This record gives sequence, structure tokens and C-alpha cells, in this order.
Amino acid sequence: MNLRTVRALLLKYAFICSRNTFRAMDVFFWPLMDLLVWGFLTLYLLKVSSAVPTLITFLIGAVIMWNILYRAQQVISVSFLDDVWNRNLLNIFAGPVRLSEYVAATYVTGILQSLIVLAILSSAAALFYSFNIFEIGLVFGAFFVNLLLMGWSLGLLTTGVIVRFGPPAEALAWAVPFLIQPVSAVFYPVSVLPPFIQPIAKLVPASYVFEGMRQILEHKTYDPNGLLISFALNVVYMLIAAFVFRHFFEEARNKGLLAKYGS
Amino acid sequence: MFENIVEVRNLRKEFAADAVAVKDISFCVNKGEIFGLLGPNGAGKTTTIHMMLGLTRPSSGSIKIFGKDIEKDRVEILQRCNFASAYVYLPWNLKVWENLFIFSEIYGIKNRKEKIEYLLELFEIENLRNKITGTLSAGEQTRLNLCKAFLNDPELLLLDEPTASLDPDLADKVRKILKQLQKERSITVINTSHNMLDVSELCERILFVQHGNVIAEGRAEELMAKFGGASLEEVFITIARSSRLEGALGK
Repeated sequence: MNLRTVRALLLKYAFICSRNTFRAMDVFFWPLMDLLVWGFLTLYLLKVSSAVPTLITFLIGAVIMWNILYRAQQVISVSFLDDVWNRNLLNIFAGPVRLSEYVAATYVTGILQSLIVLAILSSAAALFYSFNIFEIGLVFGAFFVNLLLMGWSLGLLTTGVIVRFGPPAEALAWAVPFLIQPVSAVFYPVSVLPPFIQPIAKLVPASYVFEGMRQILEHKTYDPNGLLISFALNVVYMLIAAFVFRHFFEEARNKGLLAKYGS
Repeated sequence: MFENIVEVRNLRKEFAADAVAVKDISFCVNKGEIFGLLGPNGAGKTTTIHMMLGLTRPSSGSIKIFGKDIEKDRVEILQRCNFASAYVYLPWNLKVWENLFIFSEIYGIKNRKEKIEYLLELFEIENLRNKITGTLSAGEQTRLNLCKAFLNDPELLLLDEPTASLDPDLADKVRKILKQLQKERSITVINTSHNMLDVSELCERILFVQHGNVIAEGRAEELMAKFGGASLEEVFITIARSSRLEGALGK
């Protein structure tokens, strides 16, 4: 892998984002709106009902961490779509760019975007709701890594499907995380799901992270096994996602789809 | 003795059983040669170029560039090549210099600022360096694509209808620049075009393809003598029409 190529692709993405107000909104505006809507709704619920006082911390923590996963996933697919929309895909792959370098650049972009989103949302949460996400402690780093890994797997799978099936599949770039959100235990514990859905939730790495977050916020303790299972699942899904993406990319080369999308 | 830079053998590309873009194309290109790939729409020229760049995988046959197989040594080969097409663009919302800077980084150009300035001046678009690419005219974008194509001093340049959107004056200037650079640096060029002036002025040898097959190969004057045309355009029309007639008669 050539780091110079990865750096060049990162630079491309940075230039594209800095010139596109709507793209910048993905990082600066929409996550903040998410936080404000959920946060104020929870404050209202606390006022009108005898809701659990920790509800606000559960929901705000969940919104912040969900956005980490969502942005890590989205940025991978949208980076690819950028090259399709710009009809620049052929210039990239007609150059000395390895597929692994292309993917690595989107992964790094995912880290950077997730960190920016985290900085914005944690500051806003502190300002509006006096909630400090970092009170979770050092384990927050492990949560972050697991969410990032799951975002990467989802992003790579989504991009693979877009590469293979083309423009009709573009909407998946934004939709896929919401397909798995109901079984990710983001806003409620796995135990409230119907019994036949619970085994599915246990196969979702993010469910262990959100369960862990709630345990810490409520009981100041968490189950490290959950994090280990989450990490192990993430490693398996990363490998599957890499295999599927590679397979779809080669199929797209066979069918001449790269050339079709790129010009 | 000529050194073969490109060796294409029995190239075939089937997208489906009834969609064969390239049936059987073979050719060699020598070092420093400007080679024309000529043929009507749907002849298989662009698919051939895409296979040479590793963007599309051939169904069968082999492509060797600098003696290496494009399927096995794609990155190594592409580091020494470049590509420009009238139908492929650079990111529209970036400035001209930003686009060239990114590609100079991808190709690992050392003196990138000087190189970019030199090429912008050569293609007479130095006044556009801070313009947003999407605001350029088609002709300006074509010249920007050519700047990108020369960034890494390619040993092999693949051009897909490079002058398609240029007016006759600019097309003439671009042809002269291409000739000059090819002479100075002994660049090998493969050029697909519908512009007969482009082909006859630039290309030392021409491969005429039709329905994915090679119909004729030779110098422009050889093709004119063989097919009895007064110009390359007449040859083109004769071959294209006779082939279409054969197709219509089911021969």
C-alpha cells in the first residue's frame, strides 16, 4: 500500500467537502439537529412524566454514539458516489491506485469525520444538557473503535452493492444504517425486543456497545465480555465485507460497469 | 529494431452472449509511435482502451504493456501511463490547480508546482488555474484533461477522442503540442478518434476496427490505396457502410 496515494485521495475528499455546503452539513448540521431534537424531547418527557432521570443521558449518549457509526458508514459510500457523480472514477482507476488504497482513504476519512462529529456533539451535549459523554471513561475509546469498525463494514458492503448494481442502489448509502438500527439496541435494551428478534440483535456488534454504554451510565460498571464479543463480530464482518466488496468490484470490471459509471 | 511497448493478442470482450464488444483484436505498438484506433461508434475502440487500462477485464486474450501483463502488474504499468478522454472529467467543484495537484500526488510527481505551471502554460489555460473546474467550457476541460495526462511524463499515453470538443483552431494547437511532446520525449500514443484530420495528421499507423474485429491496418496512405479513397474520411465511410450493409444482409 502506498501512503502517498492514500494521502492524495484524502486530499481530494477534503477539497470536495470544503467546497460543498451540503456535504459539510452531513458533518456539522444534521448530527447536531439529531442531538437537539432527541435532547429536547427527552427534557420534555422528564417534565410531563415520571420518566427515569437517567433517560436523558441514555438518549443523548445513544445519539452521539449512533452518529459515530452512521458517519463512518456513510462517508465510505458517499466518497465512491462522489467519483461516480463527478465522472472521475475512470481517472482514479486508470491511475496507479490500488483498491486497498482507495478503501483505506475512505476509512481514514471515516475516522476523521467521526471524530469531528464526536467533538461537535459532545460540546453541544455539554452546553445544552450538561452531559459529558467522556464521563463514561476510558472504555469510551473501545466503544468508539467498535462503532467505527461496524461503520466500515457496513460502508464497504453498501459500496460493494452500489458498485455492482449501480445508480438504483445509491439510496443505500443513507438507508443501510437505519435497516439495522432497530436491532442495534441504540435507544432501548435488547431485552425489550420480541424474543425471536433478540438472537439477531446479539449478532450486531453495536448492540453490545449501546448496552455497555447504558450499563455504565446507570450502574457505573459494564461487562467487558460484551465488548470482546462486539470486537470479534466486527473482525468477522470486516473480513466478509472485504470479500464481498472485492467480489462485486471484480464483477463490475467483468461487466464493464466501472467504465459505464465513470463516463 | 522496434521495441514493442504494447502487445495485444486475440483480445475478446463479451458482456453477454449477444453483446460482444470486442471479438478478436490483435496489434502491437512500437516505442515512440502514435498509433490510431479508428472505427465507427460501437466498433470496440473504447472497450479496448478500457481493457488496456485494467478498467474492464477481457473475456480472453492478453494485453502486455512494457512487457508486463496488465492483469498482474496493473499499478506498475499505470504508473508509467496516462489517460485522457473527452468523456471523463475531473471533480467539477474543485479548482483547476487542486485537481492537478491531487493527480500529481497520485502519480508521485516531485516538482509538482513547476510541472503544473508548465502544463497549464503549454495548453494555454494558465489563466484558469484558480477557476472551479465545473465552470470551464468543454474545450477548457479537454485541455485540463490533457494537462492531467502529461503530469507524469507518461511513456504511454492513451487518448480517447482527445479533441472531440475542441474547435478547429484549438484542435490544431493540441495536435501540434501532442506531436511536439511525442517527438521530444519519444512518448508512445494510442489515439482513438472520429476526427479524420486528427488521425491522418497525428497517427503513423492506423488500426481500423469494426464490430469488434480488425478490418485493416497500415499507414493512412496505405489504407487509402487499399480501399480506393481520396481521403481517410472516404475510407472510413466506405468501410463503415460496406460493413453495415453486410450486417444488414446477414453476411
